[in-house]
Amino acid sequence: MSARLHALANPARFGRFARRVLPWTAWLAALCIGAGLVWGVFIAPPGAPPPEGQGETVRIIYVHVPSAWMSLFVYACVAAASAGALIWRHPLGHIVARAASPVGACFALLTLATGSLWGAKMWGAWWVWDARLTSVLILFFLYLGHIALTHAFDDPARGARAAAILALVGVVNLPIIKFSVDWWNTLHQPASIIRRDGPAIDAQMLAPLFLMIFGFTFYFFTVLLLRARAELAALRTRALKLRMLAA
Amino acid sequence: MSGFGALLRRDLRLALRQGSDTATVLAFFVIAVSLFPFGVGAERETLAAIAAGILWVAALLAALLSLDRLFQADYEDGTLDYLLAAPAAPTLLVVAKALAHWLTTGLPLVILSPLLALLLNLPPKAYPALIAGLALGTPILTLIGAIGAALVLGARRGGVLLSLLILPLYIPILIFGVGAVEAAATGQGFRVHLLLLGAMLLGALALAPFVAAVALRQAAE
Repeated sequence: MSARLHALANPARFGRFARRVLPWTAWLAALCIGAGLVWGVFIAPPGAPPPEGQGETVRIIYVHVPSAWMSLFVYACVAAASAGALIWRHPLGHIVARAASPVGACFALLTLATGSLWGAKMWGAWWVWDARLTSVLILFFLYLGHIALTHAFDDPARGARAAAILALVGVVNLPIIKFSVDWWNTLHQPASIIRRDGPAIDAQMLAPLFLMIFGFTFYFFTVLLLRARAELAALRTRALKLRMLAA
Repeated sequence: MSGFGALLRRDLRLALRQGSDTATVLAFFVIAVSLFPFGVGAERETLAAIAAGILWVAALLAALLSLDRLFQADYEDGTLDYLLAAPAAPTLLVVAKALAHWLTTGLPLVILSPLLALLLNLPPKAYPALIAGLALGTPILTLIGAIGAALVLGARRGGVLLSLLILPLYIPILIFGVGAVEAAATGQGFRVHLLLLGAMLLGALALAPFVAAVALRQAAE
């Protein structure tokens, strides 16, 4: 496994790997998301009618839950890539972290937007300082900090190293933040807004939900490979330009 | 250890002779807090209800104000390279600089806070929780801030960037700091909050200097 990872450090080899894998991930993403959306929006049953249940609003979860899952998954990827870059000096680590972080920020934003839409319908408010919403908002801030730090230096290598350290600091802090937000929330929030004993998820809803989660994951890997390839090309262009200037 | 003492003495002497940071931070703290009555109205009950939050948020921002210069001057004039090349462990150097920073900015905030709490009509029984919470919390602000300050060395617009990086990490401290004051104000025990803040302080003391030292080495590379 580690030998294979080290082989990918060669940009040309990574390019060949990306070319081979990309069609698969792209098609799987399109298929899963397409099927999941059609199933979720048109075929799966709606929730119980509004006063008690969620009605048609429940269909938001087919985008909301996969986005929430992805926003955490992508952060884990950024952290793992950063660890690889810092510990083993794997050249691809910085590139993957740099390529993945904006995608993760978009997923976090999508989670917030869909959560807010759902809240507007179900809670009658666009924003509620619910523990989960708040945690995702903070995760979004962490992504923004990571992106900003990556791009804050004239020397991209310095930005990449600083951002890698920040990503690892974030991993240590995320559980602490999550725990304290939960604590704060139980102290401040009236418990009536969110029913903890919500209805268990219907098997009819679970299948499209999993399709969407797989689809989003494949989508992420597709975009990640594309962006990593673009980053590598940009690095190469920069190196060539510097060489031309020096000559 | 002698390197630790020497650096601590040097930083304290610099801060005392220049004097500007402590005064600026305290002035910011006082002005920021005294803006709130204009914003939310001067009713004594309203102010008492939100006093803990105002004081903690203002302390957080005030601490942030001086953090971007924690390593900046040493980085710019090359002292940092010598410090890192010195035989003392870089983690100890970070602790020394953080301690000097806390003594010159955090501690004055703690001392000044009861006075501002008075202006905001905080219930008297909440004072111990406020002071103890700030005394435990402000060193954590400095320690986490040291990581951020080391990361943004040499960055464009480092000060603004620093706030984006470390304010999200400050949220737990804010929650338990304010929680302690509110628990005390409503007559509940605030021991749990202080214990958690103490745990965070110990955790930050163990981890943050190490991470900040790594970040400093990356910056000096």
